[in-house]
Amino acid sequence: MTEVVEQHPFAKYLREAMMPHIWCTGCGNGIILNAFVHALDELQIDLDKLVVVSGIGCIGRTAGYTNVDSFHTTHGRPIAFATGVKLANPELEVVVISGDGDLFAIGGNHFIHAARRNIGIKVICANNFNYGMTGGQFGPTTPLKASTPTTPYGNIEHPFNLVHLAAASGATYVARWTTLHVRMLTASIKKLLQRKGFSFIEVVSQCPEIFGRRNKMRTALEMMEWFKKAAVIANFSDPAKAEITPEKIVVGEFLDLEKPTFEELLREKMNEISKENGE
Amino acid sequence: MVKEKAVLTGMHFMSGDIACAEGAIAAGCRFFAGYPITPATEIAEHIASRMPKIGGVYIQMEDEIASIAAVIGASYAGLKAMTATSGPGFSLMQENIGLAAMTEAPCVIVDVMRGGPSTGQPTLPGQQDVMQAKWGSHGDYEIIALSPCSVQEMFDLTIEAFNLSETYRVPAFVMADEVVAHMWEKLVIPPAEEIKIVNRKRANMPPEKYLPFMPDDDLVPPMACFGEGYRFHATGLTHNEYGYPRTQSSEVQTKLVQRLCEKIRKNADKIVRAEENMLEDAEVVVVAYGIVARAALSAVKKAREKGIKAGLLRPITLWPFPEKTLAKAAENAETIIVPEMNCGQLVREVERITKSSRVFHLAKLGEEPHSPMEIFDFIRRKHK
Repeated sequence: MTEVVEQHPFAKYLREAMMPHIWCTGCGNGIILNAFVHALDELQIDLDKLVVVSGIGCIGRTAGYTNVDSFHTTHGRPIAFATGVKLANPELEVVVISGDGDLFAIGGNHFIHAARRNIGIKVICANNFNYGMTGGQFGPTTPLKASTPTTPYGNIEHPFNLVHLAAASGATYVARWTTLHVRMLTASIKKLLQRKGFSFIEVVSQCPEIFGRRNKMRTALEMMEWFKKAAVIANFSDPAKAEITPEKIVVGEFLDLEKPTFEELLREKMNEISKENGE
Repeated sequence: MVKEKAVLTGMHFMSGDIACAEGAIAAGCRFFAGYPITPATEIAEHIASRMPKIGGVYIQMEDEIASIAAVIGASYAGLKAMTATSGPGFSLMQENIGLAAMTEAPCVIVDVMRGGPSTGQPTLPGQQDVMQAKWGSHGDYEIIALSPCSVQEMFDLTIEAFNLSETYRVPAFVMADEVVAHMWEKLVIPPAEEIKIVNRKRANMPPEKYLPFMPDDDLVPPMACFGEGYRFHATGLTHNEYGYPRTQSSEVQTKLVQRLCEKIRKNADKIVRAEENMLEDAEVVVVAYGIVARAALSAVKKAREKGIKAGLLRPITLWPFPEKTLAKAAENAETIIVPEMNCGQLVREVERITKSSRVFHLAKLGEEPHSPMEIFDFIRRKHK
């Protein structure tokens, strides 16, 4: 017999009052949120001890959509805010979910320094190659030659390789997937949530309405066709070589290592000092 | 873990910056995020040496933008949090000062004022940021700003800033200057139990009944912190009592922004502090704050010796400004003198309130603060 359920089994993870969401039809953000919620469910994460922080942009609305303690910061500042949260209460699981422009243009400095310090916060970046919310202007991950409203003759800036940047800055877990790799992404988010140190996942995500239609990929399907055709899984390959081009998108886990976190070293230092003060 | 004492009760010889750091710790501050900058660096240095001994956090961030962002995060995670800076850093912080005002995050920001604009004069005193404290971030909001004139007040008013910030869920500023911060004086730290400490009003209802931005009668909403099971949302966007964005609603915007202003304006009588010296019969009222007020007091005394009925009004809260005290003092005054280490900032407030055409500003820039003689001579010249 079929069981009748009154509520979606994952409804508890979302704030129904915030629905409908603001995302366009075909947007990849829903896939990322879905993978995140699946990971929370599979790990049975204590939702009372989880804090989701987002910056500004389309994916920045995620903080409001997740039914946990959440904060929607100013543009570019979610990592700096999250740093304060994590250090004030290290028992909290602090996850930053934000976009490429937020985390790597206006917030780039905060990203590299949080990674360098190995603060135990977890960062998921939706990389849609543009500033979707403001109408699709180019950003720090926009591919060379791409057309956007502020690169009407084609982009002449070289994009960041986010996984290379994360690894070089000191992140201890680094992965990249596309929204097509839902199962790998979910498994990867589970790992991210289980790691102690600064962990980072880049999710290459489709933005058909704003970015795709200017770049000969009018629909979500066309954008995901690109991901399908171009994606090459190369786990633990050199992130420096993990390119994103029309022909090739290198995905996989690039780094998974242990290193003392800022919080651990701080705690250790406090214990040392208090011993010196006499016990 | 053996902890060092948080409150160093006793008599000390201390600098203003260090006294400020001790005041913060005595107030219960257990999180400091900052970035080195003259002349506020000693606050960070002292906090860095003290925090690990009392179980608190010191983190040096990559810039002042990150510092204030981390402070707001720590505040939402339940700790009393502070940062300290000077003009250039204060400018960088303005974005997230707006966020703290909008999300009603209790936090304390110390600005040790130096000469500006821009990089200006890092090692010289100034009072050029007092309007920035009031109007620095975009949009309408109110803040609280205090002005210490001694090492003792660097301690006392830092505690007061925490108390006010916690009471009203608002960023509170300690607007010090380089001289007050760097000079050494006697400081008396009272026993811990004699120090008045105010903690934020906490959410005590069941989570399903909690609306994070629903104010009580005092216009201040009780605050839940992350990890307590309330699972609430906060945003810098215009939001309703649930904390949910309502960016197209004039009703929600009006209600929210007016409340952010009114929770300070309507409580101003409880917040405002000013020191009144010889104002009862004063024909000349000098309005001075910070280190300048000390020279002004000497000048006023000298004027009295010479038969000029002068008095001093020292605003201790710059914002909200002691409007009623000034209005009363100005009623019978013929001349109002405002010496400031700027080209004329708080004097605008004095003009606005007194509506007097006999308000005279005495600027001092790029060197030591006004001497008593300079202010006295100015009184004599302007008061005929």
